[in-house]
Amino acid sequence: MKHLPHLEQQAAGGRARVAHTSNTAASALVRLTVIRIWKEDDILLDKAFKATVSSDVWKVHCTHGGEPVVLFQRGAVRLLDSLLAAPQQPIEEVLAQEEAIRWSAIIVTETQQFIIITTEQKGEHFLYLQRLNPNSVQRYRLEREEPGLSPLSFSATYRDKHICLLYLYPNGHVYQSVLSVRGLGTEEGVQALPLPRSLLLGLPVGDGQLEAASAMALDEAHVAVVGVPHPSAGGGKGSLSFQLLGADGGLYDFGRALCLHSTVTGLTVPSHNFIAVYNLKTSLWSYSNKVFIPHGKTLSIIPFECPKSSLASALGKLKHTKTEESKTPNSVPSWNNILHGEKAQPSKSAETRRTRMTRKSQSTTNLTTDQVLELIKTAPVEEIQKEVEGFLTRAEFQDLQPSVGQLALTLVSRSLADPAFYSSSTLAQLVHTRCLCHSVCPDLVLLALEKKDYFLCQLCLQFFPDIPEAVTCACLKAFISIPDVDAEKVSLEPDSVEFMENLITRDRAEAGLQNGFSPTSSVVNDHQTRAEDVKKASAPSQLICPVGLHKAVLINEILQTPYSDTFLLPHLKDLSSQHVVLFLQYLQFLYLKYSQDAFPQMEGFRSPSLSQIMDWVCLLLDAHFTVLVMTPEAKGLLLNLHSFVKSQVRLVSELGKIEGSLQELHKMKAKESIGQYSIEIIELF
Amino acid sequence: MGEFKVHRVRFFDYIPSAIRTMAFNSQTERLAVARADGAVEIFNFNDNFFQEKVIPGQDGRAIEALCWVGHRLFSAGLNGEITEYDLENLRPQYTVDAYGGPIWTISSNSQGTQLAVGCEDGTVKIFAILEERIQFQRNLNRHKGRIISLCWHPSSAQIAAGMTDMITIFDAETGHATRRLLVDRATGASKNKEVVVWSVGYLSDHTIISGDSAGKVQIWNGLTGTLVRTYLVTKWDVLVLSVSKDESSVIAGTSEGTVIQFQFISSTVDQHDKEWVRTRTFRNHSHDVSALAHTDTAVVSGGMDTQLVVRPLLDKVEKNTQESALRKIAFPHRSLVGCAKKAGLLLFQFPDRLELWKLGESEGHGKPGDRLPVKRKPEKLIELKRKGEDHICCSALSACGGWLAYSTVSNVRLYRIQYSNTISINKVSKLPKELRSVHQLCFSSDSSKLFASSCQSSVIVVAVSQQECRYLHTLKHKTGSRQPVHLLCASDDGKWLATANTDCEIHIYNLHKMKLHCMVPVYNSCPTTIAIHPVTNNLISVHADQQIFEFSLVQKEYTQWSRRLQTQGLLSLWLERDTPITHITFNPKNLDHIILHDTYMFCIIDQSLPFPELNAVLWNQMTLKSLPVSQRIGQSHAFKICKSFQHLMCVSLLEDLSLVVVERPLLDIMSQLPAPVRQKKFAT
Repeated sequence: MKHLPHLEQQAAGGRARVAHTSNTAASALVRLTVIRIWKEDDILLDKAFKATVSSDVWKVHCTHGGEPVVLFQRGAVRLLDSLLAAPQQPIEEVLAQEEAIRWSAIIVTETQQFIIITTEQKGEHFLYLQRLNPNSVQRYRLEREEPGLSPLSFSATYRDKHICLLYLYPNGHVYQSVLSVRGLGTEEGVQALPLPRSLLLGLPVGDGQLEAASAMALDEAHVAVVGVPHPSAGGGKGSLSFQLLGADGGLYDFGRALCLHSTVTGLTVPSHNFIAVYNLKTSLWSYSNKVFIPHGKTLSIIPFECPKSSLASALGKLKHTKTEESKTPNSVPSWNNILHGEKAQPSKSAETRRTRMTRKSQSTTNLTTDQVLELIKTAPVEEIQKEVEGFLTRAEFQDLQPSVGQLALTLVSRSLADPAFYSSSTLAQLVHTRCLCHSVCPDLVLLALEKKDYFLCQLCLQFFPDIPEAVTCACLKAFISIPDVDAEKVSLEPDSVEFMENLITRDRAEAGLQNGFSPTSSVVNDHQTRAEDVKKASAPSQLICPVGLHKAVLINEILQTPYSDTFLLPHLKDLSSQHVVLFLQYLQFLYLKYSQDAFPQMEGFRSPSLSQIMDWVCLLLDAHFTVLVMTPEAKGLLLNLHSFVKSQVRLVSELGKIEGSLQELHKMKAKESIGQYSIEIIELF
Repeated sequence: MGEFKVHRVRFFDYIPSAIRTMAFNSQTERLAVARADGAVEIFNFNDNFFQEKVIPGQDGRAIEALCWVGHRLFSAGLNGEITEYDLENLRPQYTVDAYGGPIWTISSNSQGTQLAVGCEDGTVKIFAILEERIQFQRNLNRHKGRIISLCWHPSSAQIAAGMTDMITIFDAETGHATRRLLVDRATGASKNKEVVVWSVGYLSDHTIISGDSAGKVQIWNGLTGTLVRTYLVTKWDVLVLSVSKDESSVIAGTSEGTVIQFQFISSTVDQHDKEWVRTRTFRNHSHDVSALAHTDTAVVSGGMDTQLVVRPLLDKVEKNTQESALRKIAFPHRSLVGCAKKAGLLLFQFPDRLELWKLGESEGHGKPGDRLPVKRKPEKLIELKRKGEDHICCSALSACGGWLAYSTVSNVRLYRIQYSNTISINKVSKLPKELRSVHQLCFSSDSSKLFASSCQSSVIVVAVSQQECRYLHTLKHKTGSRQPVHLLCASDDGKWLATANTDCEIHIYNLHKMKLHCMVPVYNSCPTTIAIHPVTNNLISVHADQQIFEFSLVQKEYTQWSRRLQTQGLLSLWLERDTPITHITFNPKNLDHIILHDTYMFCIIDQSLPFPELNAVLWNQMTLKSLPVSQRIGQSHAFKICKSFQHLMCVSLLEDLSLVVVERPLLDIMSQLPAPVRQKKFAT
């Protein structure tokens, strides 16, 4: 308990309140009117300092950095020290006759301590914000929810000079009220001010209402809710769900919220314990990035992490603008599933992985994560490969997240330390789980580059959403400088290779296969085909891809990685002029291919979009224009680019003209509608 | 009150002509405005800025400058002629060729004895102003380059002449150039372009103020010939300057549409040495400001955007009064639309043509606010181009639609229109010689007579019939007023004819006896429209100051209703409207209804209802609409005002009781003007 200095607990018995404080190094137990205090290092129950006070105590609050405070049942508040000095001092009644405390909390700000009390009186709920030293109290009235509903849980946090009060109703509504700490005390009194609130979350509750639930703010953007029954579960099971609030105050849907928890690590909660977790009382605490859920005789501790939204994702060009939403694996397990031990709907990739692995691997031993980790540090490549495969097959998908990261880290660090050791396929497997990202294992990509493991590079570029621009650029440099001969030896993702093959050879294929059937089989179409052939032949020179097939595939991967111009530009400047020319040539090739005859973006293939290509052209020119101008071999290229920019500009300006006249037409229409002439009826009174 | 079917007409493509120049006569408070088509309009600033006279234009008469000499008005133009106008007969009185090529400017000395004109060939010609004419006196020493602008020194001893790249000061006695002030060209790209001094002012302390094509307003010392101050006020041209009578303020009009004021004041409070300081900027025009007049209390400006703007100087007038309100005069103060009530025809008068339209028809009925489906579209029956180079000054269409007449300053034409399967229009060839120069035309309601106002306030009566057109009589009054008759109105029963002239006189003639019946007591504001009630034969007149009178022709006195109205007084909201009532019609089904309109509203006055109390709401239609029927009676008053139609050129009630509303939206006019030099962009 020492780690939880502000944990306050209402004992199950209900007759006694316990408080623990670390700075007084003492524990206090209160039996309604008797306060007992123990020294921390001497916890003999008999050796206690006892004080009998004149009124019933509700709770002794204490918190880190604050004095213990005694809250009486009738609402009065005393500092423990001052109370002990005169135990029999008269205690005033703050609450009205039929008003009873429902919940209380202590908040410590930089300079002050606050006690927050919520009370109920004849179905109405009130909030008292009690300031200590000097004492003052402000009473607020909570807005009524639907009749008969009282808040299930409260949670208060202090941030930015404001106290945020979060409260949850049985209908699943989570409200937030913000109380200013500063404005307090100006108008003191018992008249209850209405407490403004804003709806933060509307949890799906389904038909019934939550019987017991608790909500707590983890940080500005995350709220943890635990409750029974779970809305989606339907049955009487308790569940914990994390809801993410956007920084803008908007709500993200549940799935998205979970997705963004991709860096949640260290889930150590044995899941089966959670099935019958909550009877009727639920409560929730968090401390030091862990959530504590007591239930029955067990206490569940769930570590969590609230990922900060990344600037790159906000500013940069997000990956896959044409959305691979469907493809993105739900790599983060649903909390729901963790807690209930339900079979997660295994994502497609996970499933294929598993079937593939079951086919392949016949691992005999059932090693735990730690054992595998140990193994990686010493064992030879083959064994590691076998064990990791086995482990991946065995492991529950939801447990993968942390362990995959650890495995990859260990593997990479061993490879770095021992140049002879490198297990490409194992790493590829780990990347394939899609549980990895660059931040988890920052050295992976560079290692792959160093080892010339281009397949792994491709995988990383494909699956990691957070590759820094410097690394992207390093990859680009490496890819461009591979000799074509070497590149062709590399085996790459078949889909992307197929795409490039199609792109390069499409002309021929098209001529051979018109509208889905082969004209050679038809005599009737023979004439037409020949005409077509003639047309093809007379068409200006066939475009030749300036780089080899595999190289092109790798570069395509670069084109599709997310980046942000500002960060990429400085790194781009490191490219040599030959590389830049080559890259530009390739980009021009792509552009021409795409624009030639309205290139249909091939469905189902990962391919760079036209706008990505154009962005890269612009970036490259931005970074290297002065150099390119001076480079003789770039002259033709630049002239070409210039001419097509010119033609584009001309097109756009023509379009602009058309737009102008269309607008004029539009205006004329509008004028027409008022009409040169109309017959109307008016009435005068 | 009831429902009306309204023919909402917007196909009258009237485009006012751009204002070219103006001259203000501070003795008579008259402003003369010349338009690009050569028309000259006279506005009476003493009488609510009423446009009392219009002298129609003429092809090729490109007026560049106007000049008042006492009551006489002279103009000069690029046709090289100096014209004096006959303001009683609304026509040029004579023209004199200056033999110096196109004339750019004209200016008279302060005594009104001499006229100086600046010519294309670089001469300044001095004409002596004689009793009935002007006579060439001499040339000042000729210089190379055209004379663009001229200004006499108040002592009449010197003349400042604005030319290209310089201002020359002539001695008016000797004709020698005494000083030459070189004007800087614009800097930058237009450095090679010569700078044109568009306008000069010569003050009594020998200060010369110039405005030029480089966008500068410059203050010179005329005695030493030195430049005192330069104000760069625009990127474009400063086209015109005007000096106030007390020489303490100068305004400059620019191509950007702004008017900039300079004042001769001490720059700091305690100092006594005054200097010219740029003070205010007025932006009331979208296009070039090519004409300016500085009256004692206001800046009057006009230009390409065809509107005349009177902007009171708020330090000279009492604030928040009608006097301090900005006034824009966009439409002529007379009706350009004729309406044949029986035939459902509209006659549109343009300077160069007439258009005769037949209104469309609708089917079915609708609720108020509905737009009925148009069964038959309106149809242009005739487009009649005028002959000769004089512009049309007036036109008339008989109520049956069978006769059409128009007049220029030189002749009158009468047409017979027949509607069978096809429309035939025949010119009536032999017109009586008395019908020569008229300024207003009107048919009797049975279309048997044509009335034409002619010289010296007389009215010529002509009988028109299928066979012939016969002169009947010339009606004359005896008051001695020689001002032109600008309004004519015949009663429905054919017995009475009312005329109004710009001396504010309204005369009633008995057409049966062909003699003057009586004269309505002269009111001090000019009638803007008159009409005789078809049944009671009461004359309704509305004046430039928005007053309404009803005069019983039979009893020769103001009616009870009129007296009550005068006792109770009109609401200030009514009086403060800034456009005159230009047309009155009556409702044949409800004799208490008088329908009249100005540019922004039309109003039905119900004579059976009480006048609004002084604190009542004048525009109470919305209130009444929201009230239940039973309570409306208590709330309603005599003025039923409808503002749903704007920029009205005509509101008339046809025989089938449907209203005709002719609108000419200002936006439509604006959209047909050439693009301004300066587009307003964002918040600049």
